[in-house]
Amino acid sequence: MTMKEKKKTGFFQSTAGFTVVSIFLGLFIGGIILKIAGFNPFTAYWVIIKGVVSKPKYVAYTLVSATPLILTGLSVAFAFRTGLFNIGAEGQFIIGALVAGLTGYFWHLPPVIHVIVVIIVAGSAAAAWGGLSGYLKAKFGVNEVISTIMLNWIAFYLSNWIVGLPGIAKEVGVNVTNNIQDTARIDILGVWKRTDEGIEYLTEHPFFFDLLRAPVNLGFLFAILLVILIWFILNRTTLGYELRAVGFNKHAAEYGGINVKKSIIISMAISGALAGLAGTFHVLGNSMKVANLAGMEGAGFDGIAVALIGNTTAAGSVFGGLLFGILKYGGTKIQNELGAPTEIINIIIGTIVFFIAMPKFIKILYSIKLKKGGNQNAE
Amino acid sequence: MSGIDFNTKVVEMKGITKKFGDFTANDNIDLTIHKGEVHALLGENGAGKTTLMNQLYGLYRPTSGEIYINGRKVDVSNANVAIQNGIGMVHQHFMLVKPFTVTENIILGKEITRFGGVLDMKKASEKIRELSEKYGLHVDPNSRIQDITVGMEQRVEILKTLYRGADILILDEPTAVLTPQEIHDLIRIIRNLTGEGKSVIIITHKLQEIKAAADYCTIIRRGKHIDTVDVSRVDENELAAKMVGREVSFKVEKDDREGGSSILEIDNLVVKDNRGIKKVNGFSLNVKKGEILGLAGVDGNGQSELIEAITGLRKTESGTVRINNMDITSKTPRDVIQSKISTIPEDRQKHGLVMNFNVAENMILENYSKNPFSKNGILNFNAIKKYANDLIAKFDVRPDDPYHKAGSLSGGNQQKVIIAREVSNDPDVLIAAQPTRGLDVGAIEFVHKSLVDQRNRGKAVLLVSLELDEIMNVSDRIAVIYEGKVAGVIDAKGADENEIGLMMAGGK
Repeated sequence: MTMKEKKKTGFFQSTAGFTVVSIFLGLFIGGIILKIAGFNPFTAYWVIIKGVVSKPKYVAYTLVSATPLILTGLSVAFAFRTGLFNIGAEGQFIIGALVAGLTGYFWHLPPVIHVIVVIIVAGSAAAAWGGLSGYLKAKFGVNEVISTIMLNWIAFYLSNWIVGLPGIAKEVGVNVTNNIQDTARIDILGVWKRTDEGIEYLTEHPFFFDLLRAPVNLGFLFAILLVILIWFILNRTTLGYELRAVGFNKHAAEYGGINVKKSIIISMAISGALAGLAGTFHVLGNSMKVANLAGMEGAGFDGIAVALIGNTTAAGSVFGGLLFGILKYGGTKIQNELGAPTEIINIIIGTIVFFIAMPKFIKILYSIKLKKGGNQNAE
Repeated sequence: MSGIDFNTKVVEMKGITKKFGDFTANDNIDLTIHKGEVHALLGENGAGKTTLMNQLYGLYRPTSGEIYINGRKVDVSNANVAIQNGIGMVHQHFMLVKPFTVTENIILGKEITRFGGVLDMKKASEKIRELSEKYGLHVDPNSRIQDITVGMEQRVEILKTLYRGADILILDEPTAVLTPQEIHDLIRIIRNLTGEGKSVIIITHKLQEIKAAADYCTIIRRGKHIDTVDVSRVDENELAAKMVGREVSFKVEKDDREGGSSILEIDNLVVKDNRGIKKVNGFSLNVKKGEILGLAGVDGNGQSELIEAITGLRKTESGTVRINNMDITSKTPRDVIQSKISTIPEDRQKHGLVMNFNVAENMILENYSKNPFSKNGILNFNAIKKYANDLIAKFDVRPDDPYHKAGSLSGGNQQKVIIAREVSNDPDVLIAAQPTRGLDVGAIEFVHKSLVDQRNRGKAVLLVSLELDEIMNVSDRIAVIYEGKVAGVIDAKGADENEIGLMMAGGK
């Protein structure tokens, strides 16, 4: 019994334990707000759970909405591991999406090859975009937080300007690009499901019919592969060793002969590529085009929260991205079914991040609980 | 020593136990301080001395045990409570606002004001001058902290506690940053304080100072109270044995030998610090094969900049550094390492180790990209682990776990990891910058033995240290650095401490 008890305390003392407690605290405070707003929190949470798992379509939608968040989370977490704070995932996302939209439409290549080429070109563009911040830091000492924020806005207006250009915009006055070529798409059976044959097959198979109503695509799979790749780079290669050494202690790294400036540039480039690929997969698998943005869409900024929830580890980003995906997608359901404002979801997410950023607060909560418990257990 | 009032117990700590998780830092420790007494707390690094004092000063709360101040039980829940009860603490790292004057620093948080809010600097500085004269501190209340010496900064810290009405002063490793002359002055100041009925607690692991300054000494080992002794009745060897738990040799064992040909040649080197001041200004020195050259000097005379320039971390303005007749001036750190110079850095936590890396990862910091530790950019963990285990065994790193985080090793073991890594590079020149700073006798013995080993193998060692005793004990030749220049080079045999001290102070 003591063994079991020990294990339990161990988990709740760990970072993962803190995260779980933070999530529950976030849900708890969200529940209080729902209650104040006049909704039953248990019903609301039930609606969210149902809204995510009750139909194949819902699960698919959740994964689709989690995909870019996993990658931007991975991007921020990677930079974090190497001692950098990448606020620029948003801009890198925009650049990745823009380049994917353009190369996906204007270039004509065979299937599969087209996808690979677009991924490489768009990922490289975003890597350059992120790497630029790294270069500014290494060469001129410009703080990456400032340069990435600036580059976010530059990317934002650059993208809006380009999608409105004659020859790029679908029609004059409509600031949307043409849909990418079929050869560049990564959605699963996306073309087929609209053919007569596809429609006929799907009406006979309700499970697939339902599933394929969502923009199911390979992005999620690619994201998981990238998570594994990044984990491998960080923990198993000399490059990852260098980047981590610089991240933990750049003075000791420099003393040991590691080129700190080069490491900073490489790290920001990889981080930029990851966020850019989030945008790329979004275009190739979901939106198929790039539109004029009214405001920042937030996939990059959400990545910061995802990375924090995932304890800035590669695997944690999958967990954080999925949690975000569930809350974001499932959260739309409480508005439809209950009329509860979706803003509550943002409050819950905000509260979770707040508590995760405040492990000390949770430790205080523990100590109060332990003191009470300690007296009871005393013999 | 006659000033001790044995009837007045100013501090009594009874059965103090402090636990951090599973780790017991203090285990049922008793400590009694009388009025007018200088009490030394002696123990190895990590023995729990500072932890014990932090509880008296209210920075930690004991897990169990009681604290009595002036006979009254006090719950020292924070530092303000301690200050109100007349306890003052001077930390190892001074906490002064550099651009402020002495007076401004001292009154910070307890300002003297007129008209309910206007600072009365004149009155404040007068009060400080009075205090300073009373205890022989010789502090000028109007000079700025950035313009005064480290020793003077320490006196400002002492004044700060006196200004706040401290009767019991805790000094944490007070001599770590001082020159021999300044240590002398400090001991005199401590005498003045006890003469006025104050009590002083000194946290230290330096035995000579205990002999010179303290009346009583409490020895703590691994969190436990070992003994409290009358200092006049024990000698240094007894104290050391109680502290470490075994006999320790102070004498560095080494035979006489002649240095060989010059291997490291520094010629007319000029190096600027971050503010653009020439901290190294025409420095020339040759280090020979098979010798330990000790570079003595007061902190801030260009030692750090000199080492940074040699190791490639800092740009040189002019002059050359050559090893084996090869010019390595302004090369990258990696080039310097490859030209067979290894360095035990001054600040082991900043430059020496990646604290969040484990021991094995730190062992390969300079060699990770080489066979067998990696191949085609992929790390080989079996080879790394085997290498780390070998070095851990050879250099007796504890605990003997290659996956132990470097940050949670004791200071001595951290230094062992660095020495293991650097010596394993088989360097022709080993630069050791303050290699024993903050280490206890046992670890110091080990470090010195490692340096002598290098020398006996015909390698050159450049030992840079602020501890004159260390320089005199270990070196074959001694150079003194003063204001970025070599003030003199003498043979260590028959060297006179006062003569070197004078050179360190620019007196020659």
